[in-house]
Amino acid sequence: MSARHNNVRWWQYAVLVGAAAVSIFPLYWMFIVATTDTATATQMPPEIVPGDNFFYLAGLVFDTVPFLQSIVNSLVVAGAIGVGQALLCALAGFAFAKLRFPGRNTLFLVVLLTMTVPTQLAVIPQYLIMSELGWVDTLQALVVPGLASAFGIFWMRQHIVATISDELMQAAYLDGASTWQVFWRIAFPIVRPAAFVLGLFAFVTAWNDFLWPFIVLKSPERYTAQIAIKALQNSFDIDLGLAMSGSFLATLPLLVLFVFVGRRMVGGILEGAFKG
Amino acid sequence: MSTTLAPVPVAPAEPPAPRVGTPLRERLAPYAYIAPFFVLFAVFGLFPFLFTFYVALFDWNPIGDHTFIGFDNFTRMLDDPRFWNATRNTVSIWFLSTVPQLFLALLLAHLLNHARLRAALFFRMSVLVPYVTSVAATAIVFAQLFDRDFGLLNWLLGLVGVEPVDFVQSTFGSHVVIAAMVTWRWFGYTTLLYLASLQAVPRDVYESAAIDGAGGWQRFRHITIPALRPVIIFTVITSTIGGLQIFTEPLLVSPGSTLTCGAVRQCQTLTLMLYEQGFGRYEFGYGSAIGVALFLMVVAVAAVNYLLSSRIKADR
Repeated sequence: MSARHNNVRWWQYAVLVGAAAVSIFPLYWMFIVATTDTATATQMPPEIVPGDNFFYLAGLVFDTVPFLQSIVNSLVVAGAIGVGQALLCALAGFAFAKLRFPGRNTLFLVVLLTMTVPTQLAVIPQYLIMSELGWVDTLQALVVPGLASAFGIFWMRQHIVATISDELMQAAYLDGASTWQVFWRIAFPIVRPAAFVLGLFAFVTAWNDFLWPFIVLKSPERYTAQIAIKALQNSFDIDLGLAMSGSFLATLPLLVLFVFVGRRMVGGILEGAFKG
Repeated sequence: MSTTLAPVPVAPAEPPAPRVGTPLRERLAPYAYIAPFFVLFAVFGLFPFLFTFYVALFDWNPIGDHTFIGFDNFTRMLDDPRFWNATRNTVSIWFLSTVPQLFLALLLAHLLNHARLRAALFFRMSVLVPYVTSVAATAIVFAQLFDRDFGLLNWLLGLVGVEPVDFVQSTFGSHVVIAAMVTWRWFGYTTLLYLASLQAVPRDVYESAAIDGAGGWQRFRHITIPALRPVIIFTVITSTIGGLQIFTEPLLVSPGSTLTCGAVRQCQTLTLMLYEQGFGRYEFGYGSAIGVALFLMVVAVAAVNYLLSSRIKADR
């Protein structure tokens, strides 16, 4: 224990390695069970190397529910929400940060106040509205409400205030650019990384959302990946591997995404939009 | 959500004034840019939220008609043992999932903040993996890991001579399984939030404390914890609001994934009960009354949070 104070001790590494292992293990286990048959998956001691049953089970998943369709549905919904939120929040954030108009500060305060309304508790009236609109069992019932994000506007406004100078705006105006052109040609390219991170979080949240799609979707060909897993799970007792394969297949696209952009997600959280 | 999230709105330096004689289109542009949010929030957020209070006063059948019944849904709710059972379950699961998660995040953030940590990015990324894993997939894996006959956990317990535990069938056991899922999902995200706040503490504060002979524990106790106080309050409130809405885990953890979360409703949460009443039995009025009750709980938590944070500010 005579290590110098400013070196990381072995037990500290042990704790961190433990945390990383705990984080990753359930996914590894999902993969193991998804590649073996039920008999192997439930034998003790457990199997810790993947079997060769993966493609058989994956095929079964695709036979049991319209799984490919559900992955496509999830991609459409999460993609539309990710892109839509990034653009709409950047645009509104730009207006609040850089444009002068009567009521600006009051309206921004209203945006912040909307964060305090727990709208997730209002699923029954939300369902009634969707019935009125005739949107029950459609994907736009998932996309359209997901486009509004007060937090996203706040986040983009912070970035635009910090990165875009008034001189830059002034110069563009003097060149005869309209507000719309200033946004597209000057502001948006500068804050694109921040908008990307915002869209990423919106994408992940939308991909993993369960309650609202579970309420609003009725027919199997409209299911998102999460609801398809639920449908598979109804056959859980019959074949454990089936539910696990579905879970693994539904998680895989996000894992692939995470390998490429996880660093930026970590950076997004560490930027600390939450200042006390 | 919380007062800690809203920063003091800093008025940005006044943007350049539009030139005199700006066309109307240009003057209306800012309103057009912010309109989508307000329209969407009004239609899909605020209106349904307010309408919940209205629907709660009716006997509202989505297929038939609706009759005004005043506060009958609420008196029925207060006399309903299922409601109190769901409330107990929700609070118990919330407590079991929040407390360990926050302590774990405190410890990990402190370790990750070390200046000389190797593979820091790997550790930061790995703890965020659960966050990108869907709740549905998580629930299915955890249900299997905790299974009585074939679960890995009971096999490990068996190695040390413990009888198999039927987690999901018992009240406390099912709460533990659900809390484990919630903790697993969120501990890394919370850790990174804490780390973000810690990184704002100048390095030399830690350095000079170490030079003055403060040990690791003292540095943790006197530098890390005070620096994190605001963000801890923030995460307590967000985890509470999230905790009151736990739905997917209890739905999928029970065999056959029933709306009651088991034979004796041992892990039915309030949101699950809301769904059961509203979409399982088509009692929209009664379901909305449960929604109103949930809202009042959120308000109570926010009020307590507000009082606590103003007390803490006053103590400084």
